[in-house]
Amino acid sequence: MRGFAAVFKRELSGYFITPVAYVFIVVFLVLVGVFTFNEDFGGFYGPSGQGQADLTPFFAYHPWLYLFLIPAISMRLWAEEHRSGTIELLATLPIPTWAIVVGKYAAAWVFAGIALALTFPMWMTVNFLGDPDNGVIAAGYLGSFVLAGAFMAIGACISAATKSQVIAFVLSVVVCLGFLLAGFSPVLSFIESWAPQAIVETVSGFSFLTHFQAISRGVIDLRDVVFFVSLIGLALLVNAIVLELKRGS
Amino acid sequence: MIELRKLSKRFGPIVAVDDVSLEVRPGEVLGFLGPNGAGKSTTMKMVTGFLRPTSGTAIVDGHDVQTEPMAVKSKIGYLPEGAPAYPDMTPESYLKFIAEVRGLKGRKRRERIDEVVALVHLEGVMRQPIETLSKGYKRRVGLAQAILHDPKILILDEPTDGLDPNQKYEVRQLIRQMAGQGESRKLIVLSTHILEEVEAVCTRAVVIARGRVVADDTPAALQARSRVHNAVVLGVRGDGAGLAEALAELSQVEAVEQLDGQRETCRLRVIPRDHQLIVQEVRELAMAKGLQIEEIRVEAGRLDEVFRTITLGGAS
Repeated sequence: MRGFAAVFKRELSGYFITPVAYVFIVVFLVLVGVFTFNEDFGGFYGPSGQGQADLTPFFAYHPWLYLFLIPAISMRLWAEEHRSGTIELLATLPIPTWAIVVGKYAAAWVFAGIALALTFPMWMTVNFLGDPDNGVIAAGYLGSFVLAGAFMAIGACISAATKSQVIAFVLSVVVCLGFLLAGFSPVLSFIESWAPQAIVETVSGFSFLTHFQAISRGVIDLRDVVFFVSLIGLALLVNAIVLELKRGS
Repeated sequence: MIELRKLSKRFGPIVAVDDVSLEVRPGEVLGFLGPNGAGKSTTMKMVTGFLRPTSGTAIVDGHDVQTEPMAVKSKIGYLPEGAPAYPDMTPESYLKFIAEVRGLKGRKRRERIDEVVALVHLEGVMRQPIETLSKGYKRRVGLAQAILHDPKILILDEPTDGLDPNQKYEVRQLIRQMAGQGESRKLIVLSTHILEEVEAVCTRAVVIARGRVVADDTPAALQARSRVHNAVVLGVRGDGAGLAEALAELSQVEAVEQLDGQRETCRLRVIPRDHQLIVQEVRELAMAKGLQIEEIRVEAGRLDEVFRTITLGGAS
């Protein structure tokens, strides 16, 4: 536990002693704003908002923002340690592998969570404009947060396998895109045209989009939460295994 | 105590470390010598639990690094090759992080950090990002990290590589200091390819080549293997006509070599048979010839020559 806490603290403070944190947070907030308010996208004031004060247009574009922004954080998680040689330091300190893996991951996830929490003026705005269902909004934040966590876990796992941040970034975007698109209706209808229903359901079962939308609609189904939690767990397990394999090779 | 048991490491078809067995005891400062790529770093990486051996194992203070890695890691202070550290951190925050991992808390932590910082002279740079520090300071940050928890066992991979002569001297002083103190004496293993370092700080030298131990002795004994061990260098005024021939005829003398002298001096190296001490005989002969001796000394032997013979000799 001592090792976990030390790694977590070091990692999290690591974001704030470099420009990484500030650039990321600013870019995230600006893009969130653009997507939410722009008429061609979220149309916060437009017809898709139906004159209602809620945050549906705000959450709708989170998956697509995360698709690029989360791999930008996760790419350096391990690739940087491999490149600078600090992985040797970390691995020879008396910290169990799980504590290093989970500690680094948790710090990155919490950092993404901080960026998400800084969108609170949106929440204040809708509460000022009208009388939204704050339960649904809370569910939206929860969904957005676990989605970020799932992307981060996939990115961390890929970062562990390479020394190159560029490779880590590109591969993470592609894999995350795969998980997102699995639930995108054009893709599903394309698969539907030739594959049996069972396959379509399996593919859409892995869809981040479907699970995310289910949670952010305000219906917190245990299955959706279990899906994300077990996916994160699996990715971190693979992450640890990749590190162990590197030790043995 | 460190015990290597038939330690081997293969990287695909390449055998990096080949069946190395070795015992190191507290109080010993073991110099791990060998050409680049001989397997020094790989061996250290296995002992510290970073790499998994292909076969064999290492026992550190009674704990097997394979089955009890946490116990081993908490006993060892390790300076990896190149002294990696987080470049964005300051030495202050970095050492705090290490201290926390090592279980040092509160006042004890502050005191120990101050102590170590004073020991390696980091006072002036504690709040500068590590990436802006010079090579010498970075190395000292790495050393501070390794000795922070006052480990009984220190493993230092090329601790003086890239340092200037003054910094090298300081690091060696520090190593000697840590090895020497009675109760708190440590077991230190350091790798180097600088031979003078072995003479300066080590009590034992292990030479490794192509993954195998090819010599294991005290630095002095290794030196004694040199061809020129106990050879006498003699310088006389004048051209020293006939001196070389006369010396060569002595029964204890194996060979006489002409060294380049200054104007009006003649310098010779007299190599004895079986490394006997012949300085008396040489002096008497020169004086009998009525020559003025300007220089006379006995050579201890050259470690670099021994090193070359051992590490290349095995190849043929």
